[in-house]
Amino acid sequence: MDNRDIKSFKGVWVFAEQRQGVLTPVVIELLGEGKKLASKIGVELCAFLAGDNVDDLIPELIQHGADKVYYVNNKLLHNYTTDGYAKVLEKAVEEYKPEIILIGATHIGRDLAPRIASKLNTGLTADCTKLEIDEEDGKLLQTRPAFGGNLMATIICPETRPQMCTVRPGVMDKAIKDTSKTGDIIDVKVDLSEDDIRTEVLDIIKIKKDMIPLTDADIIVSGGMGIKNADGFKLLKELADILGGTIGASRATVDAGWIDRSRQVGQTGTTVRPKVYIACGISGAIQHLAGMQDSGIIVAINTNPNAPIFDVADYGIVGDIYEVVPQLIELLKDGARLEELFNKG
Amino acid sequence: MILKKEHELLRKTIRDFVEREMSTYPDEVDKTGKIPEEVIDKLVKYKFISSIIPKEYGGAGADYVSYAIIMEEISRRCASTGTYITAGSSLVALPLVNFGTPEQKEKYLRPLAEGKYVGSFGLTEPGAGSDAGAGQTIAIDKGEYYELSGRKCFITNAPICDFAIISAMTDKSKGTKGISTFIVESKWDGFSVGAHEDKMGIRGTETSDIILDKVKVPKSNLLGGEGRGFKIMLNTLDYGRIGVAAQALGVAQGALDEAIKYTQERIQFNRPLAKFQNTQFTIADMATKVQAARLLVYDAAMKKDSGGVPGLESAMAKYYAAETANEVAYKALQLHGGYGYIKDYPIERIYRDARILSIYEGTSQVQQMVIAGHVIKK
Amino acid sequence: MRIIVCAKQVPDTTEVRIDPKTNTLIRDGVPSILNPDDANALEAALTIKDKLPDTIVSVISMGPPQAENMLRECLAMGADEAYLISDRAFGGSDTWATSNALASACRKLKDYDFIFGGRQAIDGDTAQVGPQTAEKLGIPQITYVQDIVLNDDNTVTVQRQLEDGYEVIKVKSPAMLTAVKELNSPRYMSVDRIFEAMKMDITRWNINDLDVSPTDVGLKASPTRVYKSFTPPAKGNSVMLEGSVKDMVEQLAVKFKHHHII
Repeated sequence: MDNRDIKSFKGVWVFAEQRQGVLTPVVIELLGEGKKLASKIGVELCAFLAGDNVDDLIPELIQHGADKVYYVNNKLLHNYTTDGYAKVLEKAVEEYKPEIILIGATHIGRDLAPRIASKLNTGLTADCTKLEIDEEDGKLLQTRPAFGGNLMATIICPETRPQMCTVRPGVMDKAIKDTSKTGDIIDVKVDLSEDDIRTEVLDIIKIKKDMIPLTDADIIVSGGMGIKNADGFKLLKELADILGGTIGASRATVDAGWIDRSRQVGQTGTTVRPKVYIACGISGAIQHLAGMQDSGIIVAINTNPNAPIFDVADYGIVGDIYEVVPQLIELLKDGARLEELFNKG
Repeated sequence: MILKKEHELLRKTIRDFVEREMSTYPDEVDKTGKIPEEVIDKLVKYKFISSIIPKEYGGAGADYVSYAIIMEEISRRCASTGTYITAGSSLVALPLVNFGTPEQKEKYLRPLAEGKYVGSFGLTEPGAGSDAGAGQTIAIDKGEYYELSGRKCFITNAPICDFAIISAMTDKSKGTKGISTFIVESKWDGFSVGAHEDKMGIRGTETSDIILDKVKVPKSNLLGGEGRGFKIMLNTLDYGRIGVAAQALGVAQGALDEAIKYTQERIQFNRPLAKFQNTQFTIADMATKVQAARLLVYDAAMKKDSGGVPGLESAMAKYYAAETANEVAYKALQLHGGYGYIKDYPIERIYRDARILSIYEGTSQVQQMVIAGHVIKK
Repeated sequence: MRIIVCAKQVPDTTEVRIDPKTNTLIRDGVPSILNPDDANALEAALTIKDKLPDTIVSVISMGPPQAENMLRECLAMGADEAYLISDRAFGGSDTWATSNALASACRKLKDYDFIFGGRQAIDGDTAQVGPQTAEKLGIPQITYVQDIVLNDDNTVTVQRQLEDGYEVIKVKSPAMLTAVKELNSPRYMSVDRIFEAMKMDITRWNINDLDVSPTDVGLKASPTRVYKSFTPPAKGNSVMLEGSVKDMVEQLAVKFKHHHII
């Protein structure tokens, strides 16, 4: 394969990551974004699916926009392994030559993508938050945050193909399902043996979380150092429960051991786009803002009127959360009073 | 101030240590009266506690600038921990380093450096504070051993120490020339400690009297020869002062940090306090004095490291840094207003901690005497 | 046993600020630090050395001459030796080109059992150099490592972090492992080691010392290019609620109702 023969590469591929036979949510987002890119260039949108008897995922991929599904079915692909998956994807790319490959920036995607890019000696852009097609020559413009979100960089891969990127989960719009849509299935044969796989997966442990995952929440009540101690999260939980939301946290509170790391919002934690984000006692370090500033409505409560969080907030309250939040909880519980205030305007 | 690369690295790692290990810790230490063992273990492991003890005896074998950096950065967060370090790494270590025999060093200095022993330094007596020559503790030569009797007071680490450096009169008639210094193990018969002192500040350190009732001290535990005690004590205090001066600098910087933080957050008349000129002038004053103290402290340390005897410099540094710590803590608390008077803000503790600095290891007035002695030539 | 640790000197991005007037990055005065995940990688290697004192921990870094300061830190933490790959020819390398240089340096060191690196560097956040280097060396990789157990038979059993749990994976040496911060808590530099580290030699390698050609490294060889860079636009339609706490809370609750939040 001559990776510099740009014209010989065609089509947009989405890596259909699955774990234990279930598609990872980001795949539907990649299909949504991939469709836009494919339409713009005028090529097919394809999904690449690898696994052990995961045939029943194929219709889902087609109905979410894939014109073709390249499928590698092999019992050695039962669990994800770098070696196994990298080999089959590499062989498929060499045979079918896609011009763009989108991979979810998950813990699996970010393991697999660089390995393949290195095998194929082509470029890879990590953790993209925006993808566009250059009007002039149809190349992929891949935009991603750098310097902890302080800087955005648009990366191109001008001379080699495929153009590869991992895409941050939760950023792209999901593909709309069309149950009437049909597509082709291409059975990809790859000679994979046990010797190819040098790691042995002994176990996969799931850790149950008792709270709604951040990425699934419509409303997030988030706490920063302004809550002063771990107990502050109890107060925020009370507010979140009333609103039907969940708890988020700044990095500093996680580092202080006040709350589990899975709650961390921001550049190094989870990027969230809830309908409502209520920042309590969060000053708004750029790393934090990078992870939440695309939220629908942002409310900020902070004692410091100069806190950067107010720059991204839709509504700001200068005050101590221990005064503001209890009063807010009380008012939200009082339906009649709320109605009265609302009617008063 | 431009420091050498190794000193910059040291400051960086100490700051990292303070940030990661001591973030919520000064309040706990102040309340519980104890420094957590896991922190002490780490102070030992990374040789933060043994910076000036030679390598051959398990210390870091570093210099006084390093010692000052450790004292400044640790005390900036927690003065009690600073006191714990200076009690071990200078007051107890220095007499052993400078006057101990190889056997004494092996037996006491090494375990001190390795954190196996805690030491204390017993000079002050109820009737002899700044006036060391008025000491009542006596050591009687019994041929095979010395018999020590007397009482030492305000001794840091006394309740937890394994041994103490004790000064006692071997010949009362000779005044200060009759003072000798002994290494006394706390497990020996006749060694006991008094009640816990309920102190105003540096409450994380344990302080009490040491009571000696006919304690039999082997001749091999006499330090530096009979009658050399006063010289040992002065020598120890001359150099130890650099550590306490650095501690005072750290406390002053810590108080300044709190003032800057608070005045930027606190809103009155719709503006942060830091926007008012009075605040700005006060903080400018504080910052300038802290920096002046810093220059004095590191000047004394550098003089010692280059082979000089910084008697005058260390007295000036200790005097000025201690007074500055008190002044800056006072002003920082004042800027906090009522909130400074309650325990929710660190400045309340810092203010109490600062108070000891112009008292122990030579009061400000003793430092003034030392300074005057140097500059007013007879 | 020899463990190679790949480390990078990075600007402390938590200290990077935006100039509100020009909307550009203020890089002046931003301290350079050992990349945090790389510190976890080094700690993992030193933990093994604590148990098996014959272990040689070799740190390699690609970067400008100033990266020597960061390597001194690694030595002061307890690494045995340090190598700095530094040459103008490497300037502008993307992750592919960087991995060519690092892989070449690892090959030159030979006889390594494991290569540890951080999962990603905080200035780029790509998490690509580790896997790409492993591929160039033809050795297996495990990324997102949060626990390492060294077995007797030249294998390690590691926990690989997932979004909702972890995998337990076994791999035989040689292998590349990339560390996340949950792996351990990096040690501090000890006072004595700091002074020793200042006296230790740091080996400098330029392009001629490595088996790479100008088509493998540097800006021109890199498959990716920066097309443009810009600072993210700030949002700016804040409504600051005013009045007493009670007033502000009431206004907010009304807004909630307007937006059908409640």
